Amino acid sequence: MANVSKVFSNGTLALTNMSLTVQRGEFLSLLGPSGCGKSTALRIIAGLGAPSSGSIEWPSSTVNWKGLPEGDIGFVFQDPTLMPWATVFGNVYLPLKLQGLSKEAARPRIMETLATVGLADFADAYPRELSGGMKMRVSIARALVTKPKLLLMDEPFAALDEITRQKLNDDVLNLWRQSGITVIFVTHSVFESAYLSSRIVVMRARPGQVFTDLPLITSAVRDEEYRTSEEYRVSCATVSKALHDAIHAAEVR
Amino acid sequence: MSATESTGTDAAAIMAPTVTRTSERVLRILIPIVMLVLAVVIWQSYVVLSGTPKYILPSPVDVVAALITDWPTLIPSLGTTLTITFEALTLALIGGVGLAIILVQSKWIELALFPFAVILQVTPVVAIAPLLLIYTPNTQTALLIVAFLVAFFPILSNMVQGLKSVDHNLLNLFDLYGAGRWQQLIHLKIPASMPYFLTGLRIGGGLSLIAAVVAEFAAGSAGAGSGLAFRLLESGYRLNMPRLYAALILLTFTGVAIFGVTSFITWAVLHRWHESAVRREN
Repeated sequence: MANVSKVFSNGTLALTNMSLTVQRGEFLSLLGPSGCGKSTALRIIAGLGAPSSGSIEWPSSTVNWKGLPEGDIGFVFQDPTLMPWATVFGNVYLPLKLQGLSKEAARPRIMETLATVGLADFADAYPRELSGGMKMRVSIARALVTKPKLLLMDEPFAALDEITRQKLNDDVLNLWRQSGITVIFVTHSVFESAYLSSRIVVMRARPGQVFTDLPLITSAVRDEEYRTSEEYRVSCATVSKALHDAIHAAEVR
Repeated sequence: MSATESTGTDAAAIMAPTVTRTSERVLRILIPIVMLVLAVVIWQSYVVLSGTPKYILPSPVDVVAALITDWPTLIPSLGTTLTITFEALTLALIGGVGLAIILVQSKWIELALFPFAVILQVTPVVAIAPLLLIYTPNTQTALLIVAFLVAFFPILSNMVQGLKSVDHNLLNLFDLYGAGRWQQLIHLKIPASMPYFLTGLRIGGGLSLIAAVVAEFAAGSAGAGSGLAFRLLESGYRLNMPRLYAALILLTFTGVAIFGVTSFITWAVLHRWHESAVRREN
């Protein structure tokens, strides 16, 4: 996947002429103050709303904004967004069910996906029986079960406590490293984006568009050691500065 | 990745209050029974001690006696009332759920049909009973229509509310995976509306019995094939108080039974996942 670019503006000016190219296999964070349109951008990429102008181009051919086949995109919402009446298994089965796969045919894939997020033992549990972090894992498993090429995450861990969040960050990194999936990760946390990303796109508000594009050196292995390293500290400082400038730019106008 | 977070504590929490929980469970059943028995005993003693005549206030013993001796007349009437109640409830469920699904398909359909629903709802149904008696071939049909109309609206409005109150992000999710309208209805909207539907069912179930009785009062059926309302009126005219009370008790038990069944259905459907049916754990 390459050359996902889009140019659009809409009535409330959530986004104005935003262009962005995403490379296949990268972990890209969209970072910005609230109201800069980062979630809107993500939803448009997912095909959950048409851009008022502009277009999204996918690698295979130039197609419309809803060009990717269903299942090629996984989406993780800010809330776990689980169906409370279905078990963990039922929730992860949903995307495959909607594609017409029978429960038995889907079972191996569901169990395998649940195992990758560490929930194999909880297949028969109901969402209300799970902790916030576990619900989020179910949500991630559901996004991954179709084996998507692109994973979109909309501030997925914003509501979790710091410890759970760090754990899930590590898990997402592992998944990304093992599967070679492309990830676009919306966040408002400097530290989270600096820890996770191979590239950070800082957005500004009014007009909502790309402010700076910061490729990060990816050589370092992201682990507990990295969290306390000088390299991480420098990254955080750089990103923090860029975010500050982005907010300042919006206020000056 | 560890997945065992937040499970270990449950066992310890359950151990301690076992004793108090058992005695509390016994009391939960015992207290209402004792109170009911006490009320019946007081009633019986009052009637016996004050010498109140049967045709003003019968004693519980008299009522039970009437229940046994009048069983052959009361049971067919109960059957009639029950038939109307359940036919009305069934029609109301089919009509209410069906119309709700049609209404939420498009806001234009809703705009077009909702005024009729509101007009029918706000008009006191008993007031149109005389009209129905003229238009329908027999009293039973008129009673059925009245009971249906009364049970129909709570089911309709709860179902519409339920179908509309689906998590927007879940709707987005279904869109993302290219779910059709039908899939969305079956796999998302209908399950999500279950708590609302069941509220409608509980209200509608109780109302259809009340409406079946009230409609019979208003329509004034008589003779064979008439329901419990007619038996109530008849017993009243004849000052046959024990039988009147016996008929009342049958109605009360029917109401309690309907409440019990609908509550059980609610529990059976919701207890695994919905907050309203889950015991709070703290």
